[in-house]
Amino acid sequence: MDELLFLQDEVVPALLKGLRVSILLIVPSAFFGLFIGILVGALRVYGSRPVVFAADIYVTLFRGIPLVVQLFIWYFGLPYLGIYLSPFTASIVGFSLCSGAYHSEYIRGALKSIKRGQMLAAQALGFSKFQMVVSVILPQGLRRALPGCGNEIIYLIKYSSLAYMVTCIELTGEAKILASHSFKYTEVYLAAGGFYLGLVSIAGWILHRLERRVAIPGFEHHRG
Amino acid sequence: MESEPILVVENIKKAFGPRVILKGVSMAIRRGELKVLIGPSGAGKSTFLQCINFLVTPDAGEIRLEGRPIHHSRKRELYAYRQQVGMIFQDFNLFDHLTALDNVMIGLVRVKGMDRKSARERAMAEIERVGLKEHAGHYPAQLSGGQKQRISIARALAMDPKVMLLDEPTSALDPELIGEVLAVIRDLVANGMTMVMATHQIGFSRAMANEIIFMEDGLIVEQGPPSVILSDARCERTKEFCSKITELYGEAS
Repeated sequence: MDELLFLQDEVVPALLKGLRVSILLIVPSAFFGLFIGILVGALRVYGSRPVVFAADIYVTLFRGIPLVVQLFIWYFGLPYLGIYLSPFTASIVGFSLCSGAYHSEYIRGALKSIKRGQMLAAQALGFSKFQMVVSVILPQGLRRALPGCGNEIIYLIKYSSLAYMVTCIELTGEAKILASHSFKYTEVYLAAGGFYLGLVSIAGWILHRLERRVAIPGFEHHRG
Repeated sequence: MESEPILVVENIKKAFGPRVILKGVSMAIRRGELKVLIGPSGAGKSTFLQCINFLVTPDAGEIRLEGRPIHHSRKRELYAYRQQVGMIFQDFNLFDHLTALDNVMIGLVRVKGMDRKSARERAMAEIERVGLKEHAGHYPAQLSGGQKQRISIARALAMDPKVMLLDEPTSALDPELIGEVLAVIRDLVANGMTMVMATHQIGFSRAMANEIIFMEDGLIVEQGPPSVILSDARCERTKEFCSKITELYGEAS
């Protein structure tokens, strides 16, 4: 009985507070990350040589350095340059840039899978390279990239838990505080895990709907 | 027929690394003419056609449309020129994410800057012209090969090209679908469209072409009216090739 009361009176309110912060972190990070990913992915395929080089360096750095370290740099490192970010802003910046690097890889693969013939056809009609990428390649590439990018967003939901390392107290942060006060690690973290599972399930459902909505004959992802 | 040629292509050369594809190919075509390119695969027919609208950048040579030389390094000039030169590909190259109607409309809207309503009307007219009105709402995946090629012809026609380049438009089609595409092309000839077409459809070429150009190893070996090239070629190699494709593709068209 005690356990239930503890859950009801302490765990759930604290985690709901954390959940709100988590969602405020995840939603903008997902959008910015996807935006960066599309931009960088397209530049890596269609950019000029120096642009491709710069974009590759971005991806190498942000995929190669552990996210915690990146967050530390944004939060603890930038003040050395006189730039102060709040824990919340530092987290969004870190998540967006990291997520963008991963997205760009999915996008790049999808763009490259578009048959070259369609680009020739677009050019033959008088499209500029930019028009071709925007009206012919991206609409197809993004449909192909959707399952991969969806995966990255699901992953973002879980690595958003790193925000508490730079004192942005979100779901995991609240759980950690409560657990170390009450010493009920198992209960609290199980409950937090349940919250993440719920978030991921909702995101998965939305992504699935989106995939169905933008489906076009010839672009279906065949399911077994 | 004594008028100035509408399109002049002079001494086009192209090499990919050490592989020389075109060794200096020239051609002049007058308004309303149909020239047919024949030759074995690897002769450079496709590369030649793609050089004409700079999908492949020639290493040397000059191209003049209505007397004006084209400077392909000036982007605006290049895009404007390409709008006037329609291209039909062997494997159709329709935009897979767009319906037949949108495939025909997109160039009008994005490139010509036409408003959607007039673009739609124009696109529908072209789709009707190729006899696919009832398929306007279908996606490429829902069309047969012959239908796809007819839509791609409608897409090119909607841009009001002065010249059309056709790169083996029927080679990827099942035999029973070839006829419907050739019928559309025949209709274009009847309406005075200027065209350069690479094809193995020998019967069609005999009936419709003003001139047949036989290419091999990046050079024009022989050119002349179909009656001469197909039956009475001077060059031994031309004779050999023509009898081979006549045997293979028959006289029917």
